Amino acid sequence: MEHIVIIGNGISGVTAARHIRKLSDKRITIISAETDYFFSRTALMYVYMGHMKFEHTQPYENWFWKKNRIDLVKGYVNSIDHKNQILKIKNSTDISYDKLVIATGSKPNKFGWPGQDLDHVQGLYSKQDLDALEKNAPNKTVCKRAVIVGGGLIGIEMAEMLRSRDIPVTFLVRESSFWNGVLPKGESQLINEHILEHHIDLQLETSLIEILADENGKARAVTTDKGDTIECDIVGLTAGVSPNINFLKDSGIELGRGVKVNRMLETNIPNIYAIGDCAEQHKGIGYRRPIEAVWYTGRMMGETLAQTICGNPTEYKPGHWFNSAKFLDLEYQTYGWVFSERGRKEYEQHFYWRHTTEKICVTIAFHKDTKAFLGINTFGIRMRHAIFDRWLTENRSIEYVMEYLKDANFDPEFFALYEQEIITHFNKEFGADISPKKKSWKRIFTIPKARA
Amino acid sequence: MKAIQNIGIAVFLVGLGIFTALPFLGNFKLNQKTFDDIITNQGIKSEIFVADLQRKLVGKDFDGITSLAPIIKGAIDTANEIHIKNKEWSKKIYTSSDDLATSIRKKSGYGFVPENKGLMWLLTFGLGVIGALLFIVPQVITLGEKGIKNDHIYQQNSTNKGSIAWLVFIFLVSFYLVLYFKSEYTVNWTYLVDPISESLSGNPAGHWFVYGFMYCIVMTVMAIRMYIKYRHNMYQVVRTTSVLFFQIVFAFLIPEIMVRLQLSYSKGYDFKNAFPLDYDFFFNWNLKELINGGGLGLFILVWGILLTVVIVPVMVYFFGKRWYCSWVCGCGGLAETLGDPYRQHSSKSLFSWKIERWLIHGVLLFALVMTGFTLYGFFTETGTVLGIKVQSIMNTYSFLIGAIFAGVIGTGFYPIFGNRVWCRFGCPLAAYLGFVQRFKSRFRITTNGGQCISCGNCSTYCEQGIDVRAYAQKGENIVRSSCVGCGVCSAVCPRGVLKLENGPTEGRINPTEVLLGNDVNLMELVNKK
Repeated sequence: MEHIVIIGNGISGVTAARHIRKLSDKRITIISAETDYFFSRTALMYVYMGHMKFEHTQPYENWFWKKNRIDLVKGYVNSIDHKNQILKIKNSTDISYDKLVIATGSKPNKFGWPGQDLDHVQGLYSKQDLDALEKNAPNKTVCKRAVIVGGGLIGIEMAEMLRSRDIPVTFLVRESSFWNGVLPKGESQLINEHILEHHIDLQLETSLIEILADENGKARAVTTDKGDTIECDIVGLTAGVSPNINFLKDSGIELGRGVKVNRMLETNIPNIYAIGDCAEQHKGIGYRRPIEAVWYTGRMMGETLAQTICGNPTEYKPGHWFNSAKFLDLEYQTYGWVFSERGRKEYEQHFYWRHTTEKICVTIAFHKDTKAFLGINTFGIRMRHAIFDRWLTENRSIEYVMEYLKDANFDPEFFALYEQEIITHFNKEFGADISPKKKSWKRIFTIPKARA
Repeated sequence: MKAIQNIGIAVFLVGLGIFTALPFLGNFKLNQKTFDDIITNQGIKSEIFVADLQRKLVGKDFDGITSLAPIIKGAIDTANEIHIKNKEWSKKIYTSSDDLATSIRKKSGYGFVPENKGLMWLLTFGLGVIGALLFIVPQVITLGEKGIKNDHIYQQNSTNKGSIAWLVFIFLVSFYLVLYFKSEYTVNWTYLVDPISESLSGNPAGHWFVYGFMYCIVMTVMAIRMYIKYRHNMYQVVRTTSVLFFQIVFAFLIPEIMVRLQLSYSKGYDFKNAFPLDYDFFFNWNLKELINGGGLGLFILVWGILLTVVIVPVMVYFFGKRWYCSWVCGCGGLAETLGDPYRQHSSKSLFSWKIERWLIHGVLLFALVMTGFTLYGFFTETGTVLGIKVQSIMNTYSFLIGAIFAGVIGTGFYPIFGNRVWCRFGCPLAAYLGFVQRFKSRFRITTNGGQCISCGNCSTYCEQGIDVRAYAQKGENIVRSSCVGCGVCSAVCPRGVLKLENGPTEGRINPTEVLLGNDVNLMELVNKK
């Protein structure tokens, strides 16, 4: 029986394993050094904040793996001998494979800052990081201040976590406005305000110079390029993540920043594949980056690769871009492409609406000549994925999107609706005369026949 | 703010302490006239029993701790033994010793508590409410910006099955045991609400009035907590208001007012309480009262049948069972208010789901079989069907399901097993609604394409123990018979993945091999298989 070995029990590896099991009877082994069982990395913050226990982050009960004949091995892969198709495991016996899937995810970035390896300096990615945070910052008495370096999604999560225990947080962000490499100005500004409302000391355009140690080798302060020295008990390094592939250095597998793969998710070595955060496309798909450290792309690569491994060679073809996040109390969703000022295409025009008092806003990108709808960002309003996916496929115009915007609303029942206000604003700004169509279940649930 | 909250806790505990001590306090002295009145009212004709009890109780002083029920039971047993031997059937006593003990106590209490009802009300209910509000209302500020406020739930003793949770568990279980089985100890509580009961129905309060009144008070206070906690979420605000309204007006006020009006059908009736949750609706004695209850009695009979057979399933078709379970029902109402801090404790394991299906459908079957027996007995005017005493089936159900399951376990187990133990494992009406919801309804929780990140907030906070994430992460809609549509999964989702909605039945259940967002050709390929 063919033996499929997967390194990494994150969303990509586990999805691949589950789908291989659905499609075949192959022997499946998952190796992980991090945890015994698959858990949802995205939920680690909720454990520290007391919304959940760690066990709640595990989507499958512990009996699931045995029942589905997926062998779990706790171990660290030291190296891969691809000529003999053997994995060398630290302090354990070798494991041989017929097909190997590398799904080892990411590790927090460290940019060579002095003091970056001191005690009480950590990222927030793994279960071990969560345990470390619990130890380093159990409460505001032990941890009198935290400094977080890097204004991205993990940085703001870490700030929210620490604030839940009333620990003062200084948040160093290199950019002039939070996440403005990704978000347009108005939205980025909205989050800046929201961060300050949550009593987080947001320092924009500020970079870390050095982390200073106390006599025990523990971080005690940071210095910034503004000339400040900030006393602290913990430093969070959250300046993005990069593929966790150090163990592959001399394996003969082609590496860039990640494991280089083609659209079939194959590496340069036969029978070795890479999926998820650690995989790097030779060329980004559409406007997507070559490495996408996103939950759902990991899952999709797992789904796709399972098809290939089970005799149905399938290209990885992620559809229209979408994503979501939550910044403190602010929910964010995006469908299609809305670029920030930095990445804006020359043909891309934006329509921006912000509620006068609430933290709610919408940005819609469209082609300034053809008026084709390109993408939407929403803050504080939930949108229906299926509808925007369909509109993007159908290449609808901005006017069409406005007219049928009510179909796309996904907020819970009884929530205030803002479509009328948004459209009025649009009409005024663009001299249009659009009146919104009533929401129609028929349109919402009609599945278009021809999807090419 | 913290100081105000601490004062609130202290005040609340004082009120609760006095309330808890009351059953053991007080003095009782039964005088001859009261005794005679009670005997006449109960229609007791056994002179042996009367003489026996007269000797043991009348004119004697006894305290709150001494239980009268065993004394009365002894007297009843002795008397009945003689009457059975002499075949004096008309003299045999059917009154329960607990009921008799309760009436005797109620009418013979004297001293501070019955003489200072208003003051005692303030020292118990009053302090309890003021203390609770002092603790709850500052949360408008302490919780910070509006949004999901679940910080520290698993770090706090009270909401993480710590010692406080166990104390609450013991308190609630004991309270229900006293209420159902030791009602003579509740008379001091009834004094507190006598003025309220008299102003509503014109009668002094019984222990069920105490319970009903407390139920409304607790729900109101905890609804205020819900309003504050979920102030960003209109669905929760509207739903909480609805469930509170139906409890106070339909379950509490209307039945009391019906009694006051002394209508043809003189008993109070809760117009929203549908069979088989209202399991004694078709009991012999109730049917007789309804039929003899004139126009109103007949109206209630027709309404009760219509409610179960037509209104309930039609509404479930359009809105899901939530319209009843989390918008109208009293049990649901308490679970959604008092029980909200404990919703995370419902087990999500597959094993629990198996137990749930056996138990809840077992109870439904039990209720239906029992009703079949009672109806057959009613129409054929017999007390024995298939060699089984109908009364004994009714008694078994009332005891096991009505009292132990719905009351003691249903509410008492909140702090440890979550707030919907009864609704999930026991309620026969929920089982019935569940069938309709699962197989013929427009209701579903829609999963928003591929946005789920498997974080597990939805599953953790599902009070019905549904593993919501298991569906959401596969892009499937959640169509489960047990879902009561509380809407909290949708509220706690950080990525906007879940929406409760009523839509076309076609495509409601949507098994998807590959989630939205991934390659279209692949989807077609999988679907072709």
